[in-house]
Amino acid sequence: MENGFLCRDRFQDLLEALRSLGYQCIGPQVRDGAILFVALVAAEELPRGVRDIQAPGSYRLERTAGPRFFGWANGPQALKPLVFAPREVLWRAERAEDATIRFIPELPPPLRLAVIGVRACDLAALDLQDRHFLGPPAEDASYAARRASLFLVAVHCSDPSDSCFCASTGDGPRASTGFDLALTELDDGFIVESGSGRGAQLAASLALDAVTGDMRSEAAAQAEAARARQRRRLPSRDLRAALFARLEHPRWALVAERCLACGNCSSVCPTCFCHAGVETPELDGAASVHARVWDSCFTQSHSYIHGITVRSDTRARYRQWFTHKLGSWHEQYGRSGCVGCGRCISWCPVGIDITEEAAAICTGTGHD
Amino acid sequence: MGEPAVMAKKPRVAVHKFSSCDGCQLAFLNLGEDLLRLSSMVELVHFAEAGPVDPDAEVDIAFVEGSISTAAAIERIRSVRSRSRFLVAMGACATAGGLQALRNLADGAAWVADIYAVPAELDLLASSTALAQHVRVDLELWGCPVSGRRVVAAVRALLFGVSPVEEQDKVCLDCKRSQTVCVMVTRGLPCMGPVTRTGCGALCPRFGRDCYSCYGPAENSNVEALGRRLEGVGLSRTAAGRRFLSINSAAPPFTEAGRRRAQDHE
Repeated sequence: MENGFLCRDRFQDLLEALRSLGYQCIGPQVRDGAILFVALVAAEELPRGVRDIQAPGSYRLERTAGPRFFGWANGPQALKPLVFAPREVLWRAERAEDATIRFIPELPPPLRLAVIGVRACDLAALDLQDRHFLGPPAEDASYAARRASLFLVAVHCSDPSDSCFCASTGDGPRASTGFDLALTELDDGFIVESGSGRGAQLAASLALDAVTGDMRSEAAAQAEAARARQRRRLPSRDLRAALFARLEHPRWALVAERCLACGNCSSVCPTCFCHAGVETPELDGAASVHARVWDSCFTQSHSYIHGITVRSDTRARYRQWFTHKLGSWHEQYGRSGCVGCGRCISWCPVGIDITEEAAAICTGTGHD
Repeated sequence: MGEPAVMAKKPRVAVHKFSSCDGCQLAFLNLGEDLLRLSSMVELVHFAEAGPVDPDAEVDIAFVEGSISTAAAIERIRSVRSRSRFLVAMGACATAGGLQALRNLADGAAWVADIYAVPAELDLLASSTALAQHVRVDLELWGCPVSGRRVVAAVRALLFGVSPVEEQDKVCLDCKRSQTVCVMVTRGLPCMGPVTRTGCGALCPRFGRDCYSCYGPAENSNVEALGRRLEGVGLSRTAAGRRFLSINSAAPPFTEAGRRRAQDHE
């Protein structure tokens, strides 16, 4: 629902309104040469006039004189670290005097977070993470607690990067669902829409102007331009059959020669959810902390079972990541695991491009 | 490593030193409170830097720092091995020959002649080598220096009677877990993280500098692809080779990647 127009110089009102509801604001800021989501107090901290220039294996920021706060595509994070924490303590075990062991579950601290500047691809990825962590047979308590604490303020993407292909996966550049508020940024301010009851309530508390026809046309033109600008694409939204028919395609070996198996693609992927359990006992052995940490299908331990490493080389590991993400994900979650954010392309140190590999693997018979 | 059996109630521990800088022994000494707890749980029978000296004692666990660099050292490490149930190689010198293994790639005798007034006083082998090239090693803790956290984890695991968990993933994973921004992707720095064993907690990238691989090669390291990338971010072929020939130059994948580039230059 369209609620009105928020003047640029009133953006702080939005932050104050969220704070008065008990939310701590998290927003995009320039840190160490990238756009990161960090605690946001004042609108002046937003990356005004900042653009991101992304290419395979490269991410650079550039400052312009422009007025916009959200004139960039994305940074390395997405929403994943806020819900599926890189290190989450799940329980603590203690040995009592009588040698019995007590397990004490731990939950993340109850923080209400309002995230400003979420992209359509981030919301699509969050929906996929929800299906994984909240779906049957069991809801993950830590994820659920973090997820329930979020208030999401999306900003429709106006400036996709060279790595983006959300139009091809059908996940952007315009956010259509999953947000509390969504903003369309124009030079003078923001068209505000609400996507939830609490979003509508919050919007009603702001001093908004009327949205004009000119603003709507500009917003529509901007969305179309953002879509048209994307050059990369996947061959299809469902590559399951194509990939599993080509498990012996020679391209797997070629990409393995380039791939560092460093796990950066899976770490920055907003939908990858693999994790490892890490036990850290006290030195005296009387207590131990059990944490869940981000893992990757590119590690040796990920496929280690009973003395055997199932996927010992990079060819097998890359193929696992790729065929799961774009193939078997359909069986598990009813869609591909790729939302077209392009992070795996930009943050791969050697610039391997998932769209290029998909095109190479899914064309031809795979027996050449 | 073999299956560790349950330890004696108060296991006897020794810390030995070979060719090294003592930095890994400091990883022990810097444990703080954990060192006090440790000293009440084990019997530290030999640890020259901390006080007790009994190099010939029979022990349950021997932590060994340093590389094998002299003929006498070969005899001594065999002796240590024969008196120890578990032998833990601790640090880059013990696991890969250390910085001093750079002489393996050069004319070591010429270096000695350039530096020392009376080179004949030195009884040096032509190469500096890892402990595992001379004796059976039950566990390797990589790093220059090793982290105290790893030492504690190893001791704890051995006291439980289980195999210590090997940390052999790439530094990149710890960078991403700590939400550290990639210095290679954003600044084109010649980071060794993608081929380097984790354990440091991505210390250098967290402070904005490129990893120089003081923890040595990670498992399944694609040194060729990284070598090409180092050249791609602006290093000469020789300079890219030198990135591999540093603290862990004698670790096989690094030796090969570095040498190929150095030889091409010659």
